Amino acid sequence: MKMTGAQMICESLVREGVEVIFGILGGAILPLYDTLPQYPQLRHILVRHEQGAAHAADGYARATGKVGVCFATSGPGATNLVTGIANAHLDSVPVVAITGQVARPFIGKDAFQEVDITGITLPITKHNYLVLDVASLPSIFKEAFYLARSGRPGPVLIDVPRDVFIDQAEFHYPSKVDLPGYKPTLQGHPAQIKKAAKLINEAQRPLIIAGRGVIISGAYNELKQLAESAQIPVITTLLGISCFPESHVLSYGMLGMHGMAYANMAVDAADLIIAIGMRFDDRATAKVSGFAPHAHIIHIDIDPAEIGKNVRVDVPIVGDVKAVLQELNKLIISTEHIDWVQQLDDWRKEHPSTVIRDSEGLLPQFVIRKIYEVTQGEAIIVTGVGQNQMWAAQHYWYNKPNSLISAGGLGPMGFELPAAMGAKVGCPDETVWCIAGDGGFQMTIQELATIVQEKVAVKIAIMNNGYLGMVRQWQEMFYKKRYVATPLSGPDFVKIAEAYGFPGLRVKHKEEVVPAIEKAMEEQGPFLIDFMIEPEENVYPMVPPGAALAEVLEEPRKEVPAWSRRSTP
Amino acid sequence: MVTTKHTLIALVEDKPGVLNRMASLFRRRSFNIESIAVGRSEVPHLSRMTIVVDGTTTMVEQVRKQLDKVVDVIKVSDITGDDMIARELALIKVKATSSTRSEIIEIVDIFRANIVDVASDSVTIEVTGDEDKINSLLNLLRGFGIKEISRTGRIAMARGASGSLPVEKKSPKAQAKGQKTSR
Ligand SMILES: Cc1ncc(C[n+]2csc(CCOP(=O)(O)OP(=O)(O)O)c2C)c(N)n1
Ligand SMILES: [Mg+2]
Repeated sequence: MKMTGAQMICESLVREGVEVIFGILGGAILPLYDTLPQYPQLRHILVRHEQGAAHAADGYARATGKVGVCFATSGPGATNLVTGIANAHLDSVPVVAITGQVARPFIGKDAFQEVDITGITLPITKHNYLVLDVASLPSIFKEAFYLARSGRPGPVLIDVPRDVFIDQAEFHYPSKVDLPGYKPTLQGHPAQIKKAAKLINEAQRPLIIAGRGVIISGAYNELKQLAESAQIPVITTLLGISCFPESHVLSYGMLGMHGMAYANMAVDAADLIIAIGMRFDDRATAKVSGFAPHAHIIHIDIDPAEIGKNVRVDVPIVGDVKAVLQELNKLIISTEHIDWVQQLDDWRKEHPSTVIRDSEGLLPQFVIRKIYEVTQGEAIIVTGVGQNQMWAAQHYWYNKPNSLISAGGLGPMGFELPAAMGAKVGCPDETVWCIAGDGGFQMTIQELATIVQEKVAVKIAIMNNGYLGMVRQWQEMFYKKRYVATPLSGPDFVKIAEAYGFPGLRVKHKEEVVPAIEKAMEEQGPFLIDFMIEPEENVYPMVPPGAALAEVLEEPRKEVPAWSRRSTP
Repeated sequence: MVTTKHTLIALVEDKPGVLNRMASLFRRRSFNIESIAVGRSEVPHLSRMTIVVDGTTTMVEQVRKQLDKVVDVIKVSDITGDDMIARELALIKVKATSSTRSEIIEIVDIFRANIVDVASDSVTIEVTGDEDKINSLLNLLRGFGIKEISRTGRIAMARGASGSLPVEKKSPKAQAKGQKTSR
């Protein structure tokens, strides 16, 4: 059957199981939008800025495990997507972005709203396409979705010139892709798995560091089996949080710059690191030369280019985490590491990184803990970037699989609201809490209109410290408290919520926290709480930039002046 | 960190943007690409590239893996340590007068090079060989006055029956099986 390019795209999206598209139209992509009414099964959500579309597609994808889709027009529409695409790339999130382009005869002529978006996104996409022939659309879409979701997932961009949407061709959707240059390795090499098992069976102080790869491959049970059968403590990266229940006796929280002191100490003391679906990001490893100095390292990852990139590895295993762990688990001798686990428990007692101190003022840690308590740990938490992100990672306990959505690799402020919107659209039956910074929230605040128009019941908790808090913390600690350009005013967020058409509350005192959260939960639609937290509260523990994990600083007592904090053990 | 010259051979799909993607991976790591040569391979729709870069072995290995991840790249190998045949072609335009021409021809003969064009005040020489041979010819010709040089950069291949990329007589689909491991 003959179809227009625009129909072929919609047809392809339907076949790929797409249900929701986030986007904004414009001249170049108008023919595609004009075709949407013929496909009522495709729900289009009109965002207020294309960055919101990309982040929403990302949040949708992380929450559901499906491919997130966004549309934008040529030129400024396409460039506005860039931050969101880069974010999806760094965090391995399956997103397909479709951009309109000027008509073929105008390409390369600096036509109105022409940008070379395939050129711009070349280093931040897994792959991208400029469609020059309408007949190639079905195979390109088939490939794009396959690439986005398979292997190490990532964003794929398809740039479609205006006249290609209008051109007609026969539509045949291929059943298979033909990509000779792309064959992800799924099964681990048996000899490598055997070597890894031997190291694990011989280790005295083994430690698992689990990352987002566990969540992507759905290897929750396999990870648990490995940890339990050999009694191996588990710590996670920021993006690995919720791949292993944090209430589990073998769970020791997150490692890294703002990781738990005991988790970082464990890395320092371990004689074997089993790194699973993680990529040794510098925020996780701290100073690489001081990382796990006494340990052999096993690295399981689907991306061969991650092996040995940042950290020396003794036994690399390239493959899908779930498939590799299934094989590995068969070779693990059930055992215990009583002294080692005891050691970690002692460290946790001596260095209780998640204890919240008494305070007159409203502490963000307390707010997060109360959200945990009121939601009984059943919510999906979507964070901004900065202090609010770290508090949310530290003080909510993630027992439910895939319950934290946070932008790790790129760390773009403004992720919180659109990503929470995407998550809620993808999981309408889940409670979704958006933990926002007062700075980041102002970067994508316009999406409040979208959540109202589309009735997306996101619960928003602004950690309002009146600062670009994380940067202020660095200024306090490393720039002698020179608060240059970090004090930040904002609007009255409660009035903002009202102006957009939904209710909100301001909370200044501890006693008001729980009632406010409960009020938000009772509300059918979106709800906003502006938590006026202690302005100069810091995130601890902290490994100062350039230091090794073992040099972790813990929350100083109040009488210790700021300048001496660096030397705190 | 000691850097050495590495010769990478890449088999890539003949599609727009492949060269860009590959070059971008080198640029990002501040690699200077010494030469890059691209041409058709024995398989339709596939091109073979020879890339010469200077870098530490670990850095080059890291880029090699990143190159291998590019969807349109079938396979990349670093054949530096292997026994290989490496050739380059150069065109050299040299000033020549009636009094120097015969001397130039003599040098050209010694190097088994060819004169491919003669003008009233210059000759153009074509030479193939490894970089050392071309460099020594250039050194000898310098005295006469070199007007223009154009070099192709290295193309290379492993010696022996089995190539670094065993693709002969196979379709792109078949040869890709079990060969490329990515993500
Ligand atoms: C788009 C963007 N610009 C700048 C930064 C640098 N940055 C990192 S954290 C931070 C402060 C964030 O402030 P806020 O959103 O209020 O969160 P807080 O740290 O106060 O919780 C800044 C400016 C960033 N991560 N992203
Ligand atoms: Mg703030």
